[in-house]
Amino acid sequence: MVTTVTQASLAVNEKLTIRKNRIKNGSGKKRLCLVTGIHGDELEGQYLAYLVGKKLNDSIGCLDGTVDIYPALNPLGIDSITRGIPKFDLDMNRVFPGSKDGTLTESVCGAIIDDISGADICVDVHSSNIYLKELPQIRISVPTAKTLVPYAKMMNVDFIWVHDAATVLESTLAHTLNSRGTKTLVVEMGVGMRITEEYCFQLYEGVFNLLKELGMWSGETKPVREPVISLNRSVGFVNSDAAGVFVPCRRFGDNVKKGEHIGDVLDPLTSTVAAQINAVCDGMIFTLREYPIVFGGSLLARILQPENAEEGGEAL
Amino acid sequence: MKKEILYSIKSPYREPLDIIGFRFGSGSPALAVVGAMRGNEVQQMYVCAKLVRELKKLEKKRGIVPGKEILVIPCVNYYSMNIGKRFWTMDNTDINRMFPGYDLGETTQRIADGVFSQIKNFEYGIQMASFYQQGDFLPHVKMMKTDFAEQELMSLFGMRYGIVRTPRPYDTTTLNFNWQIWETKAFSVYTNATDVIDESSADDAVTAILRFMTRAGIITGKIHPGYCTEIIPESGIEQIRTESAGIFRSMTHVGTHVEENDILGKILDPLDCEENSYIRASAAGVVFFEFNKPLIDENTVCFKLIKD
Repeated sequence: MVTTVTQASLAVNEKLTIRKNRIKNGSGKKRLCLVTGIHGDELEGQYLAYLVGKKLNDSIGCLDGTVDIYPALNPLGIDSITRGIPKFDLDMNRVFPGSKDGTLTESVCGAIIDDISGADICVDVHSSNIYLKELPQIRISVPTAKTLVPYAKMMNVDFIWVHDAATVLESTLAHTLNSRGTKTLVVEMGVGMRITEEYCFQLYEGVFNLLKELGMWSGETKPVREPVISLNRSVGFVNSDAAGVFVPCRRFGDNVKKGEHIGDVLDPLTSTVAAQINAVCDGMIFTLREYPIVFGGSLLARILQPENAEEGGEAL
Repeated sequence: MKKEILYSIKSPYREPLDIIGFRFGSGSPALAVVGAMRGNEVQQMYVCAKLVRELKKLEKKRGIVPGKEILVIPCVNYYSMNIGKRFWTMDNTDINRMFPGYDLGETTQRIADGVFSQIKNFEYGIQMASFYQQGDFLPHVKMMKTDFAEQELMSLFGMRYGIVRTPRPYDTTTLNFNWQIWETKAFSVYTNATDVIDESSADDAVTAILRFMTRAGIITGKIHPGYCTEIIPESGIEQIRTESAGIFRSMTHVGTHVEENDILGKILDPLDCEENSYIRASAAGVVFFEFNKPLIDENTVCFKLIKD
């Protein structure tokens, strides 16, 4: 059943409406929330929401409990290819927990939090941005790792990145929900403005495995992959020092050696190589630049080092 | 005066972004002033440009106190200004959310680091700041509430109001906050314009900064004393929100004193001009902020009052 989570009037003859689809069956009290679309340019979650909802509708008898699907927390952004909230130039994921008595954006965020709070688990699906492509991964801050890693391992992702929380992340949906006791997993996969079918199906299997592990799903599931977990590992960041056009020569998920050639920053005007890009450490490329134009500083790749090898990377 | 490139970064096809600084005097780093970090902060750049002009005159008259150095950076982000964008040209990030910066990080982290490395050792820092809210404000000076600097220093500007802001998590990556962490006494000065030039407000800001410099012993000269600054916490400012959406018509002005329940504005239906609602003052006080766009959404802050 599609219901309205919250609503607020826009200036001319329109309401900003946040909606969810509640799919419920059986007598089970457990609730899973699948949320996506906080950033209007991240679309991988759109296809995932469709796939999960369709499977539940087609096999409703296998569900025991409630699944709430929120496909568009930032509907104005999705409808206008805008990452943040259009007009305000605000990143919605820096406004949580919001406030019932706050501005339009704050009150919308506050209502979303109230609606999700109390669920047994929430999965917040992101797609990196338009610049970087990410292997399907779940990001967890160190303080919540003990609670969340067991659930993240059920999700059929390639990688679980346990990272130090920056102070600014306190304003995210996930931080707010986790700090209020609603376990929330942040998924990053694919790239902005696109749908990577393969990754959506991968996570789709993960969602149903999670439902099964929670005792909410009796239908068929497939075995999930064992993710690489970043604990006791370091991540190497490859940033460009040159400006130009980045063309990689290694692919996503490749294992590389420190110093190995992974791409070039080119100058098309002079047909010269502005900079050869080499791996800063041994390890697996789990982030790779998708948008070719780069400035000095642009992130080109992230490399997960083998266990206990911290040289050249940021210790986790 | 020395005009120099403080930091430079290359782009694929544009000329390099050269961040220009104007240095006056020599000796201990006394005051750094930073203007536009966003592409729409034209007024903030203009205030700094006017300040540079005044300091040039002052230097010729030997008005800069010996042993004191002043650095003015009118525009950090003219790349965005030249193409009509507010945030960084490539990835839309906000340089003023990247401090203290990181020299090996992303582009805007490198820019923030390049600027901050030049200004972090000054005794005082002034940022010409702008608001994300669309509207007119009474000009004022603001400080972050930290354990480092005394809020009473704001009175040296002689502006009508000094606002004390308790930092929120997203403030911790701003220039103002990081300046204080590095033990620079940091202020944000707000005029009542951003993407347009308000000549009179720009002149007032320049005068306030020169007044501060005189009182802080950085320059010499006579300047009128300005206001006896009222220092108030930001949380004490009354916010009034719309109960409906539509066409917004203000019926007052910033700086006006109003009584409780006075009508401040109204919301009209955008399709038939029926009056949807009136906006009334929730307390007696001075109008500090007034929304200034014709269209307004529900639950939007349309006025702020400094209560009596």
